[in-house]
Amino acid sequence: MDKRRSEEEAVGELRDGMTVGIGGWGARRKPMSLVRAMLRSPLRDLTIVSYGGPDVGLLCAAGKVRKVVYGFVSLDSIPLEPHFRAAREGGRVEAAELDEGMLQLGLQAAAWRLPFLPTRAGLGSDVMTHFPGLRTVRSPYDDGEELVAMPALELDAALVHMNRADAQGNAQFLGPDPYFDDLFLGAAKKRLLSCERVVPTEDLLKGGAVQTLLVSRMLVDAVVEAPGGAHPTECPPDYPRDEDFQRAYVAAAQDATAWSSFEARYLDVPNEADYQKRVRSR
Amino acid sequence: MSSPTRAEICATALADCFRGDGEILASPIGTLPTIGARLARLSFEPDLLLTDGVAFLRADVAPVGDANGAEPVVEGWMPYRRVFDVLWSGRRHVIMGATQIDRFGNQNISAIGPYERPKVQLLGPRGGPGNTLNHPTSYWVPRHGPRVFVERVDDVCGIGADRAAALGPRAARFHALRRVVSNLGVFDFATPDGRMRLASVHPGVSVDEIVAATGFELAVEADVPETRAPTPDELRLLRERIDPSGLGAREVPS
Repeated sequence: MDKRRSEEEAVGELRDGMTVGIGGWGARRKPMSLVRAMLRSPLRDLTIVSYGGPDVGLLCAAGKVRKVVYGFVSLDSIPLEPHFRAAREGGRVEAAELDEGMLQLGLQAAAWRLPFLPTRAGLGSDVMTHFPGLRTVRSPYDDGEELVAMPALELDAALVHMNRADAQGNAQFLGPDPYFDDLFLGAAKKRLLSCERVVPTEDLLKGGAVQTLLVSRMLVDAVVEAPGGAHPTECPPDYPRDEDFQRAYVAAAQDATAWSSFEARYLDVPNEADYQKRVRSR
Repeated sequence: MSSPTRAEICATALADCFRGDGEILASPIGTLPTIGARLARLSFEPDLLLTDGVAFLRADVAPVGDANGAEPVVEGWMPYRRVFDVLWSGRRHVIMGATQIDRFGNQNISAIGPYERPKVQLLGPRGGPGNTLNHPTSYWVPRHGPRVFVERVDDVCGIGADRAAALGPRAARFHALRRVVSNLGVFDFATPDGRMRLASVHPGVSVDEIVAATGFELAVEADVPETRAPTPDELRLLRERIDPSGLGAREVPS
């Protein structure tokens, strides 16, 4: 089945109030072209689940977010995400903070259709009170150990960005780290995948060994070809993080006027192709 | 060779955090912890595993901040999902930062002020909760002051000795706070109830200075030793091999 879609068509599957998982990690291989399509949409009241970076920041700045489920939100080379920070400090978004490993287990539990997975991580920390409804479970074996019952993080939708995919949704990462993109897709009902380049299936293994085929087409509903789609986050080996752009983004986030002109310059465009043109013509 | 700088004293103290660890993954967060881990690896802990900061285990030891250096010798793959495998197995020792830390070693890197609407939103808890319950943890504080060493942290990410004790001996059996190294001294938790103790003062720093810069009551013994200086071999490694461009001194100026 040919699942190729535009950003607008893919994001058109999302609805107000959904819980949306976003793959990648910090400012690394984020599905930013899909996030930018969300910024252009009327979507609101979303719960975002993410190893957060500028995806979380931009959606918060645009007032799309009710709640963020995260282990961290960071731009990597710049530690703190300015828009997420402002949204939290302004009391505009709810926070459900988790240990990074708990977030993985929550996605894994959802992908395996389990109610929870046990872990030691979280016990004794403030995550126990800050993550709503979090409970513990006692081992039924002789050890009787009390563990955190990390609940399944069931997602209405997931967005990930990969290096290559075929039109059916078999997708490949060519950088050093798969992150948890396969788990995000496995945990979600609607599964949207963007990639740098759509290639014929028979070309996938020309780019890398079979172990790089992280995502199977049975985990994907829509394939969006998005060259530069992770910008400004990194997408090795296709491109590094755009550090100049990221610095400009952080500087612009410091006051409302500067942010308005940043938005006018880069984000208030009809589509992703125009965004890419604006970025190139800097 | 000139006498060691404060940054070099700190790097050596941070290296000493890994002493005795053997063949485990060292995860230093920050410049001087990275320098310290590389010093340990090149001297008294040759079996330590180190990552390149991305997803590779690196068999060679490169200078810090050396983006355009030699092609790395890769000995393994360590993407984030495998970092969690290693940390839950216990074969890891992390040196984390701390925006706030209390007398029992509870650490906050998430937010300052009330959780619902913080005064300052920081990173989030990252791996603090899981790290501290699963394997040895140390902390690095480059600017020791009463706003970092506080009576109570606003958000407990890494858990301290009191919270570990409250979990009971089974749940907390892998909890192991080793040391806190700051720009002023070295601290451990070698007290009956796991309170922080001043283990050594860096050369040129007084006990009174540390007590004044600490927002809670430290356990201080009658005779507090001085933090050791690097050996001539260690100093040579630091200056010629690990940190030739002096990045450590940017984190802790002399």
